[in-house]
Amino acid sequence: MTPRPPGLAAYPSLAANPRLSAWLAFSPGGTVTIRPGKVEYGQGVWTALAQVAAEELDVALARVTVAPVSTGTSPDEGVTSGSLSIQHSGSALRQACAQARALLLEAAAVKLGTAVTELAVEDGQILAAGRPTGLSYWSLAAPGLLDREAGDPVPVKPPERWSVAGRSAPRLDLPDKVTGRPRFLHDLVLPGMLYGRVVRPPAVVAELVSAGDPDLPPDVIVVRDGSFLGVVAATDAQALRAVGLVAKAARWRVTESLPDDRDLKGFLLSAPTEDVPVESRHDERAAASATTVRAAEYTRPFLAHASMAPSCAVARWDGEQVTAWSHSQGVFALRDALAAGLGLDPAQVTVHHAEGAGAYGHNGADDVTLDAVLLARAVPGRPVRVLWSREDEMSWAPLGPAMLARLSAGLDATGRIVTWRQDVWSNGFIGRPGRGGDPRLLALAHLAGGQPMPPAPDGPPTGAMGSTRNAVPGYGIPDLEVIRHRLLTMPIRTSSLRSLGAFLNVFAIESFMDELAECAGADPVAFRLAHLTDPRAAAVVEEVAEFSGWAGRPREEGIGYGIGYARYKGLAGYCAAVAEVEATDDVRVRRLWLAVDVGTVINPDGVINQVEGGAVQSTSWAIRERVTFDRARITSLSWDTYPVLRFTEVPEVAVRIVTSGHPETGAGEIAQGPVAAAIGNALARAAGVRVRDLPLTREQVIRAIEEG
Amino acid sequence: MKQQELHLTVNGEDHTLACDPDLPLLDALRAGLGLAGPRFGCGLGLCGACMVIIDGKARASCDYPAWAAEGTEVTTVEGLPQDGALHTVQQAFLDEQAAQCGYCTSGMIVAAAALLTVNPGPTEQEVRAALDGNLCRCGTHGRVVAAVLRAAGHHDGGEQRARHGSGRAAR
Repeated sequence: MTPRPPGLAAYPSLAANPRLSAWLAFSPGGTVTIRPGKVEYGQGVWTALAQVAAEELDVALARVTVAPVSTGTSPDEGVTSGSLSIQHSGSALRQACAQARALLLEAAAVKLGTAVTELAVEDGQILAAGRPTGLSYWSLAAPGLLDREAGDPVPVKPPERWSVAGRSAPRLDLPDKVTGRPRFLHDLVLPGMLYGRVVRPPAVVAELVSAGDPDLPPDVIVVRDGSFLGVVAATDAQALRAVGLVAKAARWRVTESLPDDRDLKGFLLSAPTEDVPVESRHDERAAASATTVRAAEYTRPFLAHASMAPSCAVARWDGEQVTAWSHSQGVFALRDALAAGLGLDPAQVTVHHAEGAGAYGHNGADDVTLDAVLLARAVPGRPVRVLWSREDEMSWAPLGPAMLARLSAGLDATGRIVTWRQDVWSNGFIGRPGRGGDPRLLALAHLAGGQPMPPAPDGPPTGAMGSTRNAVPGYGIPDLEVIRHRLLTMPIRTSSLRSLGAFLNVFAIESFMDELAECAGADPVAFRLAHLTDPRAAAVVEEVAEFSGWAGRPREEGIGYGIGYARYKGLAGYCAAVAEVEATDDVRVRRLWLAVDVGTVINPDGVINQVEGGAVQSTSWAIRERVTFDRARITSLSWDTYPVLRFTEVPEVAVRIVTSGHPETGAGEIAQGPVAAAIGNALARAAGVRVRDLPLTREQVIRAIEEG
Repeated sequence: MKQQELHLTVNGEDHTLACDPDLPLLDALRAGLGLAGPRFGCGLGLCGACMVIIDGKARASCDYPAWAAEGTEVTTVEGLPQDGALHTVQQAFLDEQAAQCGYCTSGMIVAAAALLTVNPGPTEQEVRAALDGNLCRCGTHGRVVAAVLRAAGHHDGGEQRARHGSGRAAR
């Protein structure tokens, strides 16, 4: 008996956008165009989605092209975030393609006077009893055939029968990128395009008192609205020169509004907070059996996206219609926020996505789009391109918030964890446009009458969202309490950065696990395995221990090995990492080993690339990165003052996929927490001292030694 | 600002364009000649996204005055293919899938191509040192190093990663 397929509710993106024609089209020339609502930003998701479509339709991968996301033509799949694209977009496309395939086979069966069960598809050609029929998807796809709502879900091809999905496929976008063909939004040149630049205030809180009277060429347009100040010129070079003159002439009233960047703990603990329970389970008898109690505090600084490209956008006003080109991760939310911010109907605004440089969360892409829209308003009918400076990118894009995790736990006489308490202080992570009901676009606060942006929301305190992401340890602990303390003031604007709270929470939990293991006199790997109840969790820990050569490694002076593990969000992909750290004259991460289980894999090399990249970025965050600021402004403005790891400093990374037949989950963020934790634990062994405040620099090691 | 005439030899072709005297070479290449390969990253010569080859040497073009490139041979990533075939470094980047977002890729490819011209058989350490001025925020460094080693004739540039047990699936 064929198992009854799950209802459409199991396909949230398809249920929200049920028209099949929204998802795919059979295009002239024997190609299939798919229209996911998820955007490509270097994570390779388009390639994986094309594989899904090719697989379900039985066409060659080379026939599938992916249409850029646009609010005008694409299904609204919300924001491309949370490592959900394969789950949401992949499942929707798979089901839409399966239904399209079924419709076309029915049409073929009618034409051929045969039963659908007699038919097969080979690269889009319809076969009957194994022989060509002369029919194909393209000859059968009458106009309007797919212009119907998805019906009850039909069975999809099981992974055992996959031949395109489940295998590594080369990325569709890389040929353009190795040859320098225009592909990025930054390369877009529209007819009649002008160039805008914005003069940002000289401090986080500053009011434009006077714009002065800069000596500008006559064709340069200055746009001023309250404390929003920008220029439009014929070329970017002219705009850049003009913006320098305008900045020099402007007079501002600066307010010192920032905390002390050398006392983040003091800042986090002194701010007003909203305190809510994340998870609470009580077992008084277990808690009472604790014979040893330990407590520790872990912090992370503010972190910058520091994308390779400053944010860029193009916008044009045609009468009451606004068209914008953006590398936002959420063009639909951006459309709505632009409309709300400018008092327009969302139907008046269209946002087309074009690729930017790598995005790791909510960066400046949305804000620069509003900048372009505001400047384009001054030159109706002309597209205006705005590019942020590197300095503005580092200081005005939202940052990943500073955090503090305070942990305490009790061990019983046998060395088992019986009670755990975790308190997490942070600004909110969910600060994207529209969240909490506010447009949340930078320039809106600077316009005349603009209000400061409200503190960022943090999402429901489920242990999967915001600062609570991975705040609940995934170990069998009978008595447990986790509390979120969300800051109600936001001196520095914060929002989503890859893995959200998981980066610190996993660093804290897994560092603490090692500290508890030491108390219990247990090996860190064995201690974790003793507390893991989920066999998939144990499998990745055992795998990484095995292939990193964890057991029986001889002790070396100044070298340490450490492990870190987490199941992302407590409900998604599993990741365990081992780090090799050298701590002689500096902190150096030499090698990383990672084992991951992300369920069914569409593109194995895509998963490995994402995990490798996440591991390297996490290493950079863990040992190097820290946003600095004085009492008025961000001061880490360039690659000199905000250094990231370089070629001579990055570790060698080895990744193994642990295969499991479980449903697919994302891979893009799973490495962030475990890698930082593995590095922290390795450093503790290499240096003989525990550093609990990120980044794990030479200075922090020395401070920890001095503090004993 | 008064425009001046600029004579550049880029990817083997001579060009004359009118531009501001202080124009960076990057702007002359992108805005003047319509080449998208060299990319703006920081404007300070600190990230390598804008790298081009000037008389055989890879260097940042964002802080290099366009007039200073007069009389030199400038090669961008667009100029690397020969007779319609990708440069070995470009092909190796594809073979190793050595990119994520790809914004820094063209700068890395020209830096690697310049390295291999003067040092056809670099060690892994020499490759890393040569690329130290090229930043990558996506964390694809290991693949990039593997690609450059592959282009240098190492049969499988991935072996330095495979040595440590990386489970790269065969393509």
